[in-house]
Amino acid sequence: MKDRIFRLALFIAALTILLLTAGIIYALVSRSLDTFAEYGIWGFIANPEWDPRSATEEYGALSFIMGTLYTAFFALFICIPFSLSVALFNGEYFKGTKISSAVSSVVDLLAGIPSIVYGLWGFYSVRPIVIELGVNAQGFGIFLSSIVLAIMIIPYASSLSAEFISMVPNRMKEGAYSLGATRMEVIQRISLPTAASGIVASYILALGRALGETMAVTMLIGNTDRIPRGLRDTGNTMASVIANQFGEADGLKLSALIAIGLLLFIITAIINLIAKLAMKKLSAV
Amino acid sequence: MMESITASNRLRKGKDKIIYFLVCSFSFLAMIPLFLILWDVVSKGYKNFNIRLFTEVTPSSMDALLANMNDEPIPGGILNGITGTILIVGLAILFSVPLGLSIGIYLADNHGKRFAKVVSYLTDLLQGMPSIVIGIIAYAWVVKPLGGYSALAGSVALTIMMLPMIVRSTEETLKMLPYAYKEAGLALGASYTNVVFKILLPSGFGGIFTGILLAISRVMGETAPLMLTALGASVVNWNVMEPTSAIPLLIWDFYNDPNLVDLIWSSSLLLLIVIFLLNWTAKIVARKWKV
Repeated sequence: MKDRIFRLALFIAALTILLLTAGIIYALVSRSLDTFAEYGIWGFIANPEWDPRSATEEYGALSFIMGTLYTAFFALFICIPFSLSVALFNGEYFKGTKISSAVSSVVDLLAGIPSIVYGLWGFYSVRPIVIELGVNAQGFGIFLSSIVLAIMIIPYASSLSAEFISMVPNRMKEGAYSLGATRMEVIQRISLPTAASGIVASYILALGRALGETMAVTMLIGNTDRIPRGLRDTGNTMASVIANQFGEADGLKLSALIAIGLLLFIITAIINLIAKLAMKKLSAV
Repeated sequence: MMESITASNRLRKGKDKIIYFLVCSFSFLAMIPLFLILWDVVSKGYKNFNIRLFTEVTPSSMDALLANMNDEPIPGGILNGITGTILIVGLAILFSVPLGLSIGIYLADNHGKRFAKVVSYLTDLLQGMPSIVIGIIAYAWVVKPLGGYSALAGSVALTIMMLPMIVRSTEETLKMLPYAYKEAGLALGASYTNVVFKILLPSGFGGIFTGILLAISRVMGETAPLMLTALGASVVNWNVMEPTSAIPLLIWDFYNDPNLVDLIWSSSLLLLIVIFLLNWTAKIVARKWKV
């Protein structure tokens, strides 16, 4: 009897995850309906205008979608050489050694630093360098936020790919070595191709992190409500516009911000699904 | 003929060395930001890192301006943020740990079943959700219906963030336990409840506790969801229905107020110390109670 109650309690607990997800989707959808009724779903997504002045009020998400894509993909691009190196360092060259565990704990600590501290560091220490480099006059913008974002996602991309690289069976590598392959050739022909879908999955997950990252980007991107004209320009991401304008918003503007939140939720959900499928493909091998 | 083979071998060996060099140097470059950030926070923060930080509440912008003009240190500290963080995170632990453990036990026991697969997938989905979206959710669920910002709303947001991490670590740890543990318990006539509480949870303690500590350290520095839910307060508040501050929220306030800028780094230093201590404890626990 007691067991039955306990098992029922566990089942109910598991059920709350379902309720939680349903509640999340309901809250986001129901509160963004006003926006979609006003502009239509596509009309909202494809409109780059964001004008909160009450006389000419108009809301579209395109500027922020573009800002998010620019920063996240540029950050991913910068992060690849570093995270791939760390992954090879820990998963291949120094697999299982003391120096590898030291490197991975240092990189893991990077993941523990709060977003707002990254923002402070970016503002006070990286921004002057960006100004010095002549990227733009104030330093704020896509470029600055992408650099800081890239550092933030290195641990996510590297620790998972290191795991996949270290899982490559030894017999495959030994076969290649016995044919006279150098270490680089083994990595290039055996380790990376075998672990490819896992590595891709870890980069997709890192991309998901970059897309949703809020505080650091809010502090560094310059917060302008238009489509960025390039990497040197300022802009706003979906997350940063919510963080910046949610406090004073009401009415249609609040609904538009929540609609942006809904879009961000859908994008990250799709990204996670793709990463999961990529990893499933690997475990089937 | 012979010569061209040795030449191409030399080229291959050379390439091999270059890649090795690149991997090592880029790995070390990747670690540098950590030390730069730590140096920044410690070197700028230690000056204001004193007893006042823990005993006084945030000064008004006006008081800080006067102190700055007289070249005195800013009066006050971040007591309201420290108590707020304890309140909000403490409440979130209270919500998320029992629920997360139960779901983790359920998933470890029923994996392969369709319902468990759905729950497992949704847990991943929650884990990947951006923190700002979680802030919106807690705003819609708690702030709006109750008619105001509150510590409770902040705790709900942090609970949603902690839950998937605790579920995952509990599930993974329990799955690693030898199946014989459970069988032996049941064979001795123990009830399922007893097997869970007396055998499975104690044997998996290390992994489960580590997961909880890491989840706490992860939400400790969260700012964005609290901006939409707990809002902030300039006084010490223990009422869960009132707006409450937290250390990261205060850092955000200081960042936006040029008069209070001096407090930024000491607050960040405190936050980093707490987070790293939690991480470090988690590592020790994981090593000591290895499954």
